[in-house]
Amino acid sequence: MTRGAALDSALDTFPKLLEDNARRFGDRPANREKEFGIWQSWTWREVRDGTRALAMGFMALGLEPGEHVAIIGKNRPKLYWSMIASQYCGATPVPVYQDAVAEEMAFVLEHAEVVFAVCEDQEQVDKVLAVKDRLPKLRHVIYLDPRGLRKYDHTTLHSMEHVERLGQDRRAELEPRIDAIRDAGKGSDTCVMLYTSGTTGRSKGVVLSNDNVIVTARGAAQFDDLRETDSVLAYLPMAWVGDFVFSVGQAYVVGFCVSCPESQETMMADLKEIGPTYFFAPPRIFETILTNVAIRMEDAGRVKKWLYDVFMAHAKKVGPDILDGKPVGLGARLKYWLGELLIYGPLKNVLGFSNVRVGYTAGEAIGPEIFQFYRSLGINLKQLYGQTEATVFITIQPDGQVRADTVGVPGPGVEIRIADNGEVFYRSPGVFQEYYKNPESTADTKDAEGWVATGDAGFIDPESGQLRIIDRAKDVGKMADGSMFAPKFVENKLKFYPPILEAVVFGAGRDRCVAFINIDMAAVGNWAERNNIAYASYQELAAHPQVYAWVQKCIEEVNRDVAQDPMLSGCQIHRFLILHKELDADDGEMTRTRKVRRRIVEERYKPLIDALYAGEPSAYIETEVTYEDGRKGKIAATLELRDVAVFERRSEQGRDAA
Amino acid sequence: MTHTVAEAASDDLEYAVKEIQHGIPPRVIGEPVMEMKHITLRFGGVTAIKDISFDIREGEIRAIIGPNGAGKSSMLNVINGFYHPQEGEIWFRGKKRGPMKPHEIARQGIARTFQNIALFKGMTTLDNIMTGRMTLMKTGMLSQLWWWGRAQAEEIEHREKVERIIDFLEIQHIRKTPVGRLPYGLQKRVELGRALAAEPKLLLLDEPMAGMNVEEKEDMCRFILDVNDEFGTTIALIEHDMGVVMDIADRVVVLDYGKKIGDGTPDEIRNNQEVIDAYLGVSHD
Repeated sequence: MTRGAALDSALDTFPKLLEDNARRFGDRPANREKEFGIWQSWTWREVRDGTRALAMGFMALGLEPGEHVAIIGKNRPKLYWSMIASQYCGATPVPVYQDAVAEEMAFVLEHAEVVFAVCEDQEQVDKVLAVKDRLPKLRHVIYLDPRGLRKYDHTTLHSMEHVERLGQDRRAELEPRIDAIRDAGKGSDTCVMLYTSGTTGRSKGVVLSNDNVIVTARGAAQFDDLRETDSVLAYLPMAWVGDFVFSVGQAYVVGFCVSCPESQETMMADLKEIGPTYFFAPPRIFETILTNVAIRMEDAGRVKKWLYDVFMAHAKKVGPDILDGKPVGLGARLKYWLGELLIYGPLKNVLGFSNVRVGYTAGEAIGPEIFQFYRSLGINLKQLYGQTEATVFITIQPDGQVRADTVGVPGPGVEIRIADNGEVFYRSPGVFQEYYKNPESTADTKDAEGWVATGDAGFIDPESGQLRIIDRAKDVGKMADGSMFAPKFVENKLKFYPPILEAVVFGAGRDRCVAFINIDMAAVGNWAERNNIAYASYQELAAHPQVYAWVQKCIEEVNRDVAQDPMLSGCQIHRFLILHKELDADDGEMTRTRKVRRRIVEERYKPLIDALYAGEPSAYIETEVTYEDGRKGKIAATLELRDVAVFERRSEQGRDAA
Repeated sequence: MTHTVAEAASDDLEYAVKEIQHGIPPRVIGEPVMEMKHITLRFGGVTAIKDISFDIREGEIRAIIGPNGAGKSSMLNVINGFYHPQEGEIWFRGKKRGPMKPHEIARQGIARTFQNIALFKGMTTLDNIMTGRMTLMKTGMLSQLWWWGRAQAEEIEHREKVERIIDFLEIQHIRKTPVGRLPYGLQKRVELGRALAAEPKLLLLDEPMAGMNVEEKEDMCRFILDVNDEFGTTIALIEHDMGVVMDIADRVVVLDYGKKIGDGTPDEIRNNQEVIDAYLGVSHD
């Protein structure tokens, strides 16, 4: 849905878009949230009134234009309203990762100089109050869920209802003021500040303007022909740029409905009930869903399992072609139709994908098998490539030109350039304004002409004309003999095997590669149960000889595969170990978006890496772990180190590395 | 909280005043709701409880502790009326209580959880909690069978109460899961939910934290404190974990071999020599 260019340019801020939506879509649902077991909904008109009421409350509490408001919590309609309400006051919302420990949160709140913190519940309020002494600018803390907070000192702590009431009491005076700020708002004003997950070092505050978000969201919405009848489930962190662009940017530009799940644990059930038409998930989620389906089918009766195997094999053959509208024989079409009736339809329904018209995955490489599984079911899953600094969209795959190994063509208004060292650069309407209070980093990333370095190495695939990403530019290194070392390339291949959740490959400057493996507790646990393998803990299961044997087999298959790559055959893994604990964001080993922080893992587990290269059969390690409440503990373990067979190129003969 | 007076004063005065009105007053511990006077309970020749007196005040968290076999569970059964003591008086909400029939026990406004979980394993979380509201349902069996008019309206009303409890205990994701399939810690939480569903005046918890890991214990503590805080429910609990008891209880009564050896705030109990001896043992030299 477009409103016409003239009108579009007049609607250059979110408060303006909101009021336009309330006029045009009035009684259509804008937000839904499951509460007390029932889906509650709010129309665009109600969202407008609610947001304005909050805005007046914020203003009554003294929020000034140009100030920053932290939004901390899971996806809840009122937290989304708080973002727009801040904009009504001329202030900038700063959504913060709600699962960050107090220390990490303190850094963001301090750096962003927030004056208000809007928190979901007691947990978040406690975290903010714990670091309050370091936040001299913080004036008020506002909470949504009053539970457990009654006894707190309410001098500068307020319930959201109370804030609304404060605004209501001075409505006559405040309403003209928020209207005036709304009318004065421009496309070039700051819209939101989003902190990067910080794959490398401290996170940075990315400042995006209204134009960045609105122009990019509008372009991508037109690319996929999104309409006001579409619907999304907002379940990814509010602090992540993707959620902001999908659940706020595109929702406001197009006018579709955003639903919030009841709790994190009920996400899958809520997904099924809502049946979104537009769906985004990182590869990890698609992997988890597929693993669950595979586990359930293992436990199913023989007839059901046979039906599933037969029709899934057929879907794998013709499904993607049917989806892309390529010619497929009548017999195959009929069989696919029957499969849709018996297997694909019910399966999609159970997963909540029945209505998905446009599905995206991004952030990491997705396994070709996983990707094809969804496409063969008739789900239009595509890939995109983006980052916070680009307001998400850099490249997108158009319908009908979808491949597992590429990430698409440049999005509307995006230019792409590949530097000599292979690093991908882009220039687009979504290019961020600056890193907040960090001009050096801004200058490092964005040049005078507006070209931004992605930090990823890639090339334009000559066959499809789409961008293909190999690895992080700085992770691509050289091995001792000068051959290319691309750890991500190997890790991604490893991660596509069910028992492997995470892998970290080392080998830069060395003569051979070694790997750390994290097992996937869901898959391995189920497998252990079916094979009568008893275990008491994650640590014990991870150290089980049969688990080792299984993982070893997977690595050997990867080695066989890697051996065939002319440039990267040196990246085969010679030795590996299975870590006794999951790499965790709370320990700083991963980012909040669950990307491995390679340097930190390398430092922390140095003794293990040394032992792997020294050829020792086992190694002792003691590591510090951080619990969810910030306390620290230690776990120690003696890990087994194993050799893996490596392969010559072309010849399929294995030879023992040891 | 580290708000200073100066910070408050720097705010707009008008709003500072409103804030104070808005802040809910701290919880008050009221008059005794239950008084136990010189209770003695015998099973044949065994004296489980010997001449014990103590009270439970409105709105407080009262803990009963003691080594194994001290008579804690017997005491809980006396409180909820399951056992009737041979000697002594029980006063509940201003009235002296005599021996009761089971349905009277159920309707007196005391709900409890059990040391060994006593849920309907084959029923869902939702249905289990719904059973907690049985005593509050008014329509007859026949109209409930037809599920028409009053009965339907009543079920909706009860379901809403139950959903609020589910929300409160954060167990939405297991709403439709049979409780037999749930891990132990969650089953304990469902049992607490069922007890809460009865909207009790007095809630008895028999070792709510037994067999839990640290994280589950912390969750449970938070729920107990929140129940007390949000609903103003008076709580009496038996617990082995001294750390937990000292953290959450307002007052503690200590039993040993059926006798009361201490009664007071956690601090007083901590410094009570008799209690220390009972728990740590005394050297006989």
